[in-house]
This record gives sequence, structure tokens and C-alpha cells, in this order.
Amino acid sequence: MSTEPPFSPNVSEAPITGAGLVLGLRKVSVLIPGIVVFAVAFGAAASAKGLSFLETMLMSAFVYAGVAQLVAMELWRPEWTWGAIAGLAVVTATVNARMVLQGASLQPWFAKYPKALNAFHLFFFTDANWLIGTRYRAEGGRDLGVLVGAGLVLWVVWAIATGGGYMLGALVSDPRRYGIDLVMPIFFAAMIVPLWRGRRGMVPWVVAGLVALITARLVDGYAFIIVGSLAGALTGAFRDDAA
Amino acid sequence: MTLPDPGTWGAILAIAAMAVATYLCRIAGVGLMSVIPLTPHVRRGLAALPGSIVVATVLPLIERLGWAAAVALLVAIGTMILRRSELLALLTGMAAISALRAFGF
Repeated sequence: MSTEPPFSPNVSEAPITGAGLVLGLRKVSVLIPGIVVFAVAFGAAASAKGLSFLETMLMSAFVYAGVAQLVAMELWRPEWTWGAIAGLAVVTATVNARMVLQGASLQPWFAKYPKALNAFHLFFFTDANWLIGTRYRAEGGRDLGVLVGAGLVLWVVWAIATGGGYMLGALVSDPRRYGIDLVMPIFFAAMIVPLWRGRRGMVPWVVAGLVALITARLVDGYAFIIVGSLAGALTGAFRDDAA
Repeated sequence: MTLPDPGTWGAILAIAAMAVATYLCRIAGVGLMSVIPLTPHVRRGLAALPGSIVVATVLPLIERLGWAAAVALLVAIGTMILRRSELLALLTGMAAISALRAFGF
């Protein structure tokens, strides 16, 4: 899909079209089976942890961040203090800190659009959206509708599948057995192929990977994503021979 | 001043706190980059960022999940090279890990 959307009056810099929305829907459809599996796993974990159906649905609808929600299930408790709530917020922020960098990497694209629109569509911003948006941009796409369409569809699917998982409960009590814990890693690994720009572009990646591995050894949690990614970006920024 | 105990609203408040923390993460990067000038260095750094995020996310996870996971991810990458389909990559990757784990690896 390298052609421009067919109907786009006056799109000079910042197109957002119905055709883009549909294209986003199509692009996200291949990720939906994985997202469903992930959401079902969360719904099942939430029911096992004793969350009410309403609480489970509220979390999927408003937090809408799979890894953070699964981590929260590890920390969930029947009684809450303000300290525990603040602690959960901090853990959530560290797990989701990768979104800061993902958003930053797409900012040159978003900057052309109104702030209110960005504030709206960023609510639906996830790993999957970032993967789709990054790949679409790398192929020369510019229509923000792709990201908005993908985000809305994914959000609805995520909410429905969470509810299904809550009902099914114990059926997927062991997500490891079906490889559910590998859904997001597989999507990320597969992304390496379209992002590949030859060996020269690889140096920052190697630095990112090594720094992330070392950080993962030294620090608990998900800090390795941030530290490794920043190391890779810095390497890319200060390599003089970078084309 | 002391806040009243979260009480029965504890779970809802915890979810609200998570929602706020997550949304701030979602908008922070875009907000931050809108005040940082796009110098050539910053531009090259941003160009290296997506691949760096991918590698920095996946490699330590492979180390944590074990070599069966590494095989599954290689199968997924191989599928992607051959067919350029995320769905097919997901299917072959999950099939590989399910099979390996079923055989006790």
C-alpha cells in the first residue's frame, strides 16, 4: 500500500482520512488474534485474583495496557492503602515508560496535527499501534487515520476479549502452556524484519540489546527497556558516519 | 491533613491511578519531543530509536523466558522474512513454543 489515499482534499501536511481509518483497521487485523489471546489471559487472571467483573472491565477500558495490567495482577490485594495505590501507580509508570520513547519516536509525525487530536488518539496508543505506525511511516505513509483506526478497533477488541476471558476464567489458567506469554515478544521480534536497514543501522541495535541485557541482570522489573533503548538512540545520535 | 482511608473505593482508586500513570506515559514522549529542537543529532537518535526499543525489549525477555522462547522467536522472524505476515509469524512462533514446552523443554 504505497499509494496515497484516493480521496484527500487539501491534504498537504497532515492528512487524516476515512481511507486511512480503514487501512488501519486492515493493518491491525493481523495482530488481533494475538491481542485477543493476551486479553483473555488478563481477564482470566483478574477473575482468579478476585476482581469484580466491573473492575476488570474498567481496568481494560481505561488503563488499556496489557503488560502493566498483568503485572498489576501480581500486586493486587483485597485491601488498599494510599501507599499501596501510589506504589501500583509507580510500577505501572515504569512498566509503561517504554511508551514515552515510543511516543517520542513518532512525534515528528504527530507534530503536524492539532494538540487535542493527539491528546485523544494517544489514549489508544499501545505497543501494537506503535508497531503499526512505525512500519507504516517507514513505508512512507503519512495518514494519521491509520493509527486512529487501528487504535479504536484494538481498544474495542481488547475490552470484549477481557470480558470473555473473565467468564472463561480457569480455562486458560496456565498461559505459559499455550505460549501466551510470548505473544508480545513475538510481535516485537517480527518487527525487526521490516525495520531492517542493513548492517550499518544495526550498531545502535546491538548497543541497545547489550545494555538492556546488562540492565536486566542488575535491575528488577522493566527498566531494561528504557535504559537499552536510550543507549541505542544515543549511539545512533552520535555516530558520525551515520548516513 | 490526612486523607480518609480508601476503604471500599480502594480497587477503583487503584485502577484510576493506573489509568492516569499510563496516560501520562502515553503523552509524555510526544510532549517532550515538541519542546526539544529537532537537530540532526536528535533526528538520528529518533531514527535509531524504534529498532533499539524492539531489541532492548526482546533480548532480555528471551534470557528470562529460556532458550525454547529464543527458538520460537527465531521461527517467527524466519516466517516474517519469508512471508512478511505478522499473523503467520505469531502462529508459527506460538506453535513452536507450545510444541517445545509440551515436550518438556
